[in-house]
Amino acid sequence: MQADDVMRVWPWYIAGPLIGLFVPALLLVGNRMFGISSNLRHACAAVLPARAEFFRYDWRRIGGWNLAFAVGILLGGVIVALTTAPGATMQLSAAAHDSMASLGVTDFSGVVPRELFSWSALTTLRGVVMMVGGGLLIGFGTAYAGGCTSGHAISGLADLQLPSLVATLGFFAGGLLGTWVVLPLLLGA
Amino acid sequence: MTTIAAAPDAALMSDVRPKSTGLPRVAELAVYLALGTLFGIVLTKAQVVSWFRIQEMFRFQAFHMFGVLGSAVLTAGLSLQLIRRFGTRAMDGSEISIPPKSMGRGTPYWLGGSLFGLGWALVGACPGPLLAVLGSGVTVFLVPIISAMVGTWLYGHLRPRLPH
Repeated sequence: MQADDVMRVWPWYIAGPLIGLFVPALLLVGNRMFGISSNLRHACAAVLPARAEFFRYDWRRIGGWNLAFAVGILLGGVIVALTTAPGATMQLSAAAHDSMASLGVTDFSGVVPRELFSWSALTTLRGVVMMVGGGLLIGFGTAYAGGCTSGHAISGLADLQLPSLVATLGFFAGGLLGTWVVLPLLLGA
Repeated sequence: MTTIAAAPDAALMSDVRPKSTGLPRVAELAVYLALGTLFGIVLTKAQVVSWFRIQEMFRFQAFHMFGVLGSAVLTAGLSLQLIRRFGTRAMDGSEISIPPKSMGRGTPYWLGGSLFGLGWALVGACPGPLLAVLGSGVTVFLVPIISAMVGTWLYGHLRPRLPH
């Protein structure tokens, strides 16, 4: 493998502070609180028939800015993909590489394992559980908790809000359950 | 709104006072689009959008993700302290205010949070990264994105019957 085939990762001490700066940036620009998952609610209010009170509000006025921010995130993904060599591989820690190999992952190119995340994987039960089930849990859980990684684990913790600490502990409890119990069962390892 | 005073979305809904950057609407949206694009680039470059990295985190096999999250919280927290200390105002001159979240019995936070975390481990991406992965060309991520919308929609309809 050539050095060019490796996806270079921005170190945490660069990326983390940059991510954290979006909290003051959004406050200073328009007094907005950094949090992505509200967009799921705005999108529902915008496109799905919503009889529930939860979706009856002026999504353009309340959520317009955040939906624009979300479209930007997608664009950011496009820009990085266009400037990255196709087929470049992830450089994971040796331990992580071995663990994922034992789950049956052989292809470490791209941002997600193609064996698990492809249209053809949707014909398998595990593909449906991971992509549809996982997506449902993300959307339901974040709406119930009132925030996701950005709103609770970053904005909320930075503002020393106790509910956000509880939510973040919940994120990790669920994540550990998924990683150590559900995924090994699904992937037959 | 509803009678559920402690609902976590009270903050969002109480936050409806008109806000603006003082810019025309289109320019304002362009600013947020640009900020979002920068955010998407950082997320993708730091690989926090990757299923591999999320697995590595939940298996405690690398410091990377913990470093990213920890230093992000620290930077955001310090910034908030500075904004408070100096009484810095937003671009349109309004006072910066952060609506506090009410704890209530806390059920939404631990239960909703755990359900979210389980989904996060399965898909390997939270809401922002879902979009960045789709943007990276993994078109099948439309499926978890639409599923997440349906999940939020289901919550909206079940909400009156859930413990808050």
